[in-house]
Amino acid sequence: MNAMKQLVCISKTPDTTSRISFVEDSTKFDTDGIQYIMNPYDEWYALVKALEVKEQVGGSITVINVGDASSEQIIRKALAIGADDAIRVDKLAEDAGDVAAQIAAVAKNEAYDLIYTGKETIDYNNSEVGSRIAAHLDLPFISYANALSIEGDTFTIARDIEGGSEVLTIQAPFVLSASKGLAEQRIPNMRGIMMAKRKPLEVKEAVAYQATSKIVEYEKPEGRTSCKLVDPDNMNELVRLLHEEAKVI
Amino acid sequence: MSILVYAEHLDGTCKKAAFEAVTYARKVADEMSLPCIALTIGDVGNAGELGTYGADRVLHAAANNHFDGQHHAKQIAHAATEVNAKVIILSHTSTGKALAGRLAVMLDAGLASGVNSLPDLSTGFRVKRSVYSGKAVATYELSSDMQVLSVMGNTFPAQANGTLAQVEQVESVQHESRITVQSVNKADGSVPLPEADLVVSGGRGFKGPENWDILLQLAEALGAATACSRPVADSGWRPHHEHVGQTGVAIRPNLYIAIGISGAIQHLGGVNNSKTIVVINKDPEAPFFKAADYGVVGDLFEVVPKLTAAVKAYKEGV
Repeated sequence: MNAMKQLVCISKTPDTTSRISFVEDSTKFDTDGIQYIMNPYDEWYALVKALEVKEQVGGSITVINVGDASSEQIIRKALAIGADDAIRVDKLAEDAGDVAAQIAAVAKNEAYDLIYTGKETIDYNNSEVGSRIAAHLDLPFISYANALSIEGDTFTIARDIEGGSEVLTIQAPFVLSASKGLAEQRIPNMRGIMMAKRKPLEVKEAVAYQATSKIVEYEKPEGRTSCKLVDPDNMNELVRLLHEEAKVI
Repeated sequence: MSILVYAEHLDGTCKKAAFEAVTYARKVADEMSLPCIALTIGDVGNAGELGTYGADRVLHAAANNHFDGQHHAKQIAHAATEVNAKVIILSHTSTGKALAGRLAVMLDAGLASGVNSLPDLSTGFRVKRSVYSGKAVATYELSSDMQVLSVMGNTFPAQANGTLAQVEQVESVQHESRITVQSVNKADGSVPLPEADLVVSGGRGFKGPENWDILLQLAEALGAATACSRPVADSGWRPHHEHVGQTGVAIRPNLYIAIGISGAIQHLGGVNNSKTIVVINKDPEAPFFKAADYGVVGDLFEVVPKLTAAVKAYKEGV
C-alpha cells in the first residue's frame, strides 16, 4: 500500500451536555453560555482512524472545517491529536449542502485517497455531508463505518446497517462516514498541543453557493406531563396500564 | 409530475420502512394532487404489495441485491427524471441516509432528512424534523423545484387499504461498481432496533453481562428488541449496535422500557421521542423518572422477573 493522502472533515458543535434553547422568536439557536466542541464522531472516530491508517501506511492528514475564526480552537485540537495541517473555509455555512460544496471545492483539486466525515453532527443530525461530498466528486460513499482494515491496496470495511453490519471491500479513493467503534478516542498530549501551534492552518475563501434549505422556526418537544409510579410488587398493574391506558401492548 | 418513493427491501422482501415510506408518499401525493410512484431495485418478491400502501404504480429495476449508493442513486435519479418527480421520498435508514445527500446534489434538489411531519404547502414547502439529538424540532423551508425527503421510522404507521399493483419493469442504469459486498451479518431472530415497536434497554444497574438473561426474557415475552446504554456498550457487555442515545442509535418506538439506566441527557437525546417510556430503577432520584410516563422504584433483579411473569400471564389471557 502506498502512502495515503487523507482529508478529515471536522465540525464545531455545542457540547453534548448543552441546554438547548432558542431566541429571536424561536428562529435562532441561543448561543449564550454554550461550550463548543469538535463533533464527537469527527474527533473520536474519523480523525483517530485516519491517524491509525497513517501509522500503518504513511502519508498525510489534513483536517478541514467550514466556519469562522471561532472554529480555530477545535482545529488546533485536531492538530494536537495528530493531523498534519488544516484548512478552514471562511464561511458560516448556510446549510449542510453549503458545507459539502465548500469541502468538495477544495478536495476536487487535491486528489485525496480517503475523505472522512463523522456519521452525523450532534446539532443538526443531518447525516448528509459525506454523501453530498461523494456526489460532488463522483466517488463511492461508505456510510456508518465501524471497522476498517487495510491489506495490500484493499480496504475491508464494516458498516452499521439496521440490526447488524455489512462487510465490504473497496479500493481508494472513496468517502466514508465514521460510526462508533471505528477507532478509540485519543486525548492530545502536551507535546501534541505544543506542536499544533506551529502546524500550518490555511484559511481559504468560500466558493459561491445557493442554499436550498433554511430553518424558519424551532420548537421544543412537548415534555412528559408526569411520571406515574407503579408499585414494584404489582407488575400486573403496569401491564394493565401499558395495555389499557398507553395502548402500546 | 409525480411523487417518487424508493422502497427498500431486505433479501427480496420489502421492509417495514418501505411500507411506511409509501404510506407517507401517498399522503404527500394526495396533498399535491399528484400520482404516487414507487421504485424498487433488485430482486423483490412482494413489490406488488406496495400498491396496497398507496402506490399508484410500482416500478422495478433489475440489479443485484448488494447495496451500492452510487448505483442506487443513479437508478433513482433516472426514474425521477422519467416520471418528472416533484418530491423523492426515502426511508431514513442506513440506506436512505447514504442516498439522500447524493440525490440532492445530483438533482439539484432541496433536502430534509429524517422528517417527522407531512409537508406544509401553505407557505412554500415546509417540513419538520428533529434536531439537537431529539432536544428540539426545526421547521425547514425548502426552496428548490424538486425536494428530497427521508422519512423517520415509526412515525407514519404503514396503512394498507389499496390493492396490489402490477409491477412495471424499467430500464436498469449501468454502473461499474467499485464496492464488493462480502457479507451481511444480522443478529439472528431479533427485531432490528430502529424498526422495533417495543424496546427493552438495560444500563449499568445490571452489574454485568452475566445478568442480561433477565432482560432478554422480558424482551422475549414482549417480542421486543433489546438495547443498552453507552457504558454497557463501552464495557463490552453488549454489542455497539445496541447502544441507544445521542452518540448511538436514535430510536422512537411505541414503548421504551429503561432498566437500571440513570437517564443522562445524552441517553435521553436518543430515546425521548419514544411514545411511552417506562423506567425501572432502584434510585428514586434517577433523572430518567422526569422523562418517563411510568416509573417503578425497585430492585431490577426482583422487579423485572415479576414484570416478565405479568407480561406472560397477560399474553396467555389474550
